[in-house]
Amino acid sequence: MGITDKLSHSQHDHDPPDVLGDLMRGTLDHCVKCTICETFCPVANVTPLFPGPKTVGPQAERFRVRGEESQDHSLDYCSGCGVCTQVCPQGVHIAEINTQARAKLKERDGFSLRDRIIARPPLLGRAGTPAAPLVNKTLASRPLRLLGEKLIGVHHAAAVPTFAGRTFQGWAKKHQSPPAARRVAYFHGCGANWYEPVVGEKTVGLLEAIGCQVDVPRGQSCCGLPLQSNGQFDAARRYVRTMAKRLAPAARAGVDILGTSTSCTLMLKREAREILDLMEDPDLKVVSEHMYDICEYLVMLHDRGELALELQPLPMTVTYHAPCQQQGHGVGKPALELMALIPELTVIENDAVCCGVAGTYGIKVEKYEIAANVGRGLFDQIEGARPDLAVCDSETCRWHIEGSTGVRTVHPLEILHRAAGLSSDAELRAPA
Amino acid sequence: MKPDVVVVGAGLAGLSAAVRLAEAGASVRVLAKGVGSTHLGAGTIDVLGYDAHGGRVDRPLEALGGLPAEHPYGLVGRAGVSAAIEWFKGRVADGPRAPYAYVGDAEQNVLLPTAVGAVAPAGVVPETMAGGDLRGGGRVCVVGFRGLKDFFPALVADNLSRGPDGVTARGVELDLRPEGRADPNALAYARAFDDEGFRADVVAQLVARVAPDELVAFPAVLGLVSPHEVWAEMEHRFGRAVFEIPTLPPSVPGIRVYTTLAQLLTRAGGRVVLNNVITGAERSGDRVRTLRVRVGLREVTYAPEWVVLATGGFSAGGLELDSNWVTHEVALGLPVAGAPAPGSERFGADYFGGQPMDRVGVRTDHEQRPVGEDGGRVVENILVAGATLAGAAPWREKSGDGIALATGLRAAELITGDAAGHVGDVATAGA
Repeated sequence: MGITDKLSHSQHDHDPPDVLGDLMRGTLDHCVKCTICETFCPVANVTPLFPGPKTVGPQAERFRVRGEESQDHSLDYCSGCGVCTQVCPQGVHIAEINTQARAKLKERDGFSLRDRIIARPPLLGRAGTPAAPLVNKTLASRPLRLLGEKLIGVHHAAAVPTFAGRTFQGWAKKHQSPPAARRVAYFHGCGANWYEPVVGEKTVGLLEAIGCQVDVPRGQSCCGLPLQSNGQFDAARRYVRTMAKRLAPAARAGVDILGTSTSCTLMLKREAREILDLMEDPDLKVVSEHMYDICEYLVMLHDRGELALELQPLPMTVTYHAPCQQQGHGVGKPALELMALIPELTVIENDAVCCGVAGTYGIKVEKYEIAANVGRGLFDQIEGARPDLAVCDSETCRWHIEGSTGVRTVHPLEILHRAAGLSSDAELRAPA
Repeated sequence: MKPDVVVVGAGLAGLSAAVRLAEAGASVRVLAKGVGSTHLGAGTIDVLGYDAHGGRVDRPLEALGGLPAEHPYGLVGRAGVSAAIEWFKGRVADGPRAPYAYVGDAEQNVLLPTAVGAVAPAGVVPETMAGGDLRGGGRVCVVGFRGLKDFFPALVADNLSRGPDGVTARGVELDLRPEGRADPNALAYARAFDDEGFRADVVAQLVARVAPDELVAFPAVLGLVSPHEVWAEMEHRFGRAVFEIPTLPPSVPGIRVYTTLAQLLTRAGGRVVLNNVITGAERSGDRVRTLRVRVGLREVTYAPEWVVLATGGFSAGGLELDSNWVTHEVALGLPVAGAPAPGSERFGADYFGGQPMDRVGVRTDHEQRPVGEDGGRVVENILVAGATLAGAAPWREKSGDGIALATGLRAAELITGDAAGHVGDVATAGA
């Protein structure tokens, strides 16, 4: 075979060892115990309760016969941020292996009421939305939160979202996206639906402004990520398959699906297929192939010279934290690239792998302090920068950052929306 | 956004090339499967520690002339090596860990204790290790920590006492553990040392146990964020030379190298993106037009002007020997040179005595473009750097850092047009 052939070989003809494919558990054999993952693990670096991803992962996995649960309960203290997998030079799926092992552990020990509740955002959303003012007051009341901590184990000081009292779905039903040359579908997730409909509305608005017809597939519920993180795999599979079924028609029509919740787009793009063993699920597969994080998609358009967006000067200073789950996409930091297009905007990039909350992890009474300690370095950076706003792609991280620093924290899309002249400063700075 | 240059690999070669390119104004993206081996090495930049016969090298630049003709140092020459060392020292001094600095040069090696108390030649070293140069002999108090299972002061001291002339050492173990870790490793101790309170505890426990004429050696954990300050404070408190001895992985001085280069890259507008695995390339004519990259379950393409391939050797996964005894360059299937002929011995009986596979790698022309068996360039816009290159036996020569740094930088300079002309082979270069 000549070199010309070698360089243009087909993918199968010369494929590197399968380290990111479907032999996920087998990747643990690639572990050389180099400890690089442990140096990056944000949890092991702040608590003796978690010995580190290598220890509970590739090391312990050798003693876990497939199908048997872990003997090591420290596994439960993994936050699932996924940084270990990202940094591993050998391609070991450390976080994914640990998530599966944790599920076995939980299955044996049983799921607490707390974990059943907080892992089901739609349940909370449906219960809380009609009585939003009352529920929000309750959630803001320290005595009631202390009671809640005693009763179900959600830390009283943990940042929890505010119910919007309306849903994004309600808005979307009434909204007619004008026909346009490019069609996209919007995967809104639970965060935009129940708590931050404004993020969803702005996303649709911005996409329309750049020449997209935005379809919002009906009946979207939860992607199942919180269930997966809390080890409830059966329920997670039901949720994610339902979600995939709703989104699959768009994907099959060749329409790209964009999401503003970066952890949920990652769930549908990769995690559910790998972790929940749904690699070949037909709906999920086609959805996975068309799923993009919103900033990833916009940068892709920009690189092709197809992002028709006129951005006005935005003379303010913001910090940007790329959440751990956003980094799991492996696409760099597209939010930074987009914000760099905005004249007069000063963006300070934070240097932190995780804010600590990792979805539902940091609101649990036994993990709240760990999450606070994980995030401390990030919070110090944000507070030290005295920014007008903090920016972050993930909703749970935004709530955690805002709750910990007092700095208003927004999705990068909201910054773009403002710079595109589609919203005012006041709208950007005021809580939704 | 769309990078002009894709650097493949996030080790010393890839990161150095990327920083050099980004600081010259190129848009650069480092794609890597994971973090490179900087976290595992001692954190010294060794140019050449042992010659072709296994003899210890005192003057590495001079000794380059004795290397085989096709050694990668021939690509850069003595001037290239010296310039690379100076560049590195300058970037560290200007980096996020400043005033933490490297000392020494490529002219003269020092002799430093290893993690087990052997001594080995080292090239350019962190200031925090420089006091460990034991060529003049001396008395050393080797300090360890009961909680740090990767560093045994008694073993180190014992071996040191048997080693270089005039060295006597003894071990002292402190019962101090950083809070908040189940199983503190070197990094946990380094973070603890960044804290004033922990340092005060160390000094309080140690001060009465050190003899007046002893140097003080710590495992290489004197601070992750502020190593200069921590080390300087220790020297001040003890009123004598204090130095770090490398530990087993994770290597704190190595992490300092990684964070320094990664942050310099970010500062210059470049970026490292992990979990990106190159699976192939499409070429047209003599250039590669697109790189295929596997990201998660998806394959994406990049269309850079230039590619710097710095994926490492066999240990890093840049090269592989398959079950049919065929060697591959894993990312792009570039031709691999130096492999033993079919039917001949692949492995020698003496593990450390030199192996037939030692110098296998991608051979390049003097502009670091890969060449085929006939010596002809196979592609115009791929440059190869670091341990992927054929011709070196870095683990025996102790030459890996110098090769990575010098060939990484030269690849960058060949792209930006800043490279000096062909330097000739090392036997004649600079002579």
